[in-house]
Amino acid sequence: MFGNMFSARAWELVWSFRGTFLLGFWHTLLTSILAIAMSLALGLIFGLMSSGTKTSLKAVARVYVEFIQNTPLLLQICFLYYALSFSGHGIGILASGIISIGLYHGAYMSEVFRAGIQSIPKGQFESAEAQGFGYVGMMRYIILPQTVKVVLPPMTNQIVNLIKNTSVLYIIGGTDLISNTYSFVTGVNTGGAYGPAYLVCGALFFVMCYPLSRAATIWETSLKKRDQMSAAKE
Amino acid sequence: MDEWSASFHILSMGPIWAYIIKGTVFTLVISVTAIALSLVFSSVLALVRNYATAPQYKPLYLAAVWYIEIFRNTPLLLWIFIATVFCPVPDAFGHPLFGLTSVETKMLFKAAVALTLFETACIAEIIRGGLNAVPKGQFETAYTQGFGVVGTMYHIILPQAFRHVVPTLLSQIITTVKDSSFLANVATIELMSRVRKIMSTAGMYNGTGTINVSDVFVLYGTAAAIYFVIDFSLSLLVRHIQKKRGTI
Repeated sequence: MFGNMFSARAWELVWSFRGTFLLGFWHTLLTSILAIAMSLALGLIFGLMSSGTKTSLKAVARVYVEFIQNTPLLLQICFLYYALSFSGHGIGILASGIISIGLYHGAYMSEVFRAGIQSIPKGQFESAEAQGFGYVGMMRYIILPQTVKVVLPPMTNQIVNLIKNTSVLYIIGGTDLISNTYSFVTGVNTGGAYGPAYLVCGALFFVMCYPLSRAATIWETSLKKRDQMSAAKE
Repeated sequence: MDEWSASFHILSMGPIWAYIIKGTVFTLVISVTAIALSLVFSSVLALVRNYATAPQYKPLYLAAVWYIEIFRNTPLLLWIFIATVFCPVPDAFGHPLFGLTSVETKMLFKAAVALTLFETACIAEIIRGGLNAVPKGQFETAYTQGFGVVGTMYHIILPQAFRHVVPTLLSQIITTVKDSSFLANVATIELMSRVRKIMSTAGMYNGTGTINVSDVFVLYGTAAAIYFVIDFSLSLLVRHIQKKRGTI
């Protein structure tokens, strides 16, 4: 009825195969960290491109964002993985996952950065230029530090989505947390312990994601409060 | 070059297109159903989480908070797996329907339940954002006009909250259409899974006997184009609404 949720034997089985879950957890964590790094780098580059003044760069960033955001990640990972495998350039499941997840969330991050940069008043750009800053110096020392507060909450929400989206690895036969859980509950020798296994898997995801989404909410609330206070002052 | 023309040959087959288009229809139907049901459940959740703060409603409030937090912080695929094991299926979905086998209709029901449960949590947070934007005076005025709590929420507060979040809700439909591709992990019903299935037997259709890299481009390219047309038109609609509002 409850998938052996209250069966001691099922819990013992999960405990004796804890290595499977820990390995999956580690792979999910590793994929997430590398994909986060990639998505932040891509997001910054394309965010700068789309908030700049060069029309050609803006168009390139637009195409990237629209194309990635309007097709499913699952399709993108299948495309990347099979295109590389069938052409004899396979790079492995984990690397395919990191690249496609990084590319996918890079598009979302770039929108986050773009919104952040565009929230900075024009006067900041003009005075930075008047002070003799070049483009890189202006972004590095004047503009980007001011965007941090605006960018942080949506960026953290994107990171939470990214961690959840590592579950796409399942379709290409990954060994991440959710794939390992599924092979555990359907395995010949280990099958049947659905309740405990799914609970453990869910709990591990929750442990990774909840602190981040909680932090995002807190930052967002404090940002709103400060906006209201500064609005009241004016 | 022969491989490419062989791959495009797959797309010239009528039954293949019928199969793909049926999958697209299922994708749309699953997404729209999940969103429609989620809107109802999530409105209740959002109202409870925002306004049921009095001590006597504490259990309700906590249930809403935990529901939202648990579903927001775990992946959809986990809930699809859980639904395939635990979700009971009513008899109406226990037999062949819409050209699917009875196994597939059961899966369709379970997957739709999982998607609805998951999207409910996402949409509840969106609606909460809308509720927070409704000025407090609206409540007070409604009460003085003789509206009860339910009447106030249904006639005064929710309509205004929804108006605020229409663009975000439409964006959530884009997300749901994309999320529905996760069903490809458990059943062959919607677009993504059907293209995958054609892909796995592409050697039979393209006449070369093997699956070539050109098949990957042609088949997944077709799926990407279909998803893109659906989602991009929605995102144009979102932008149109936002622009119109910006000028008011």
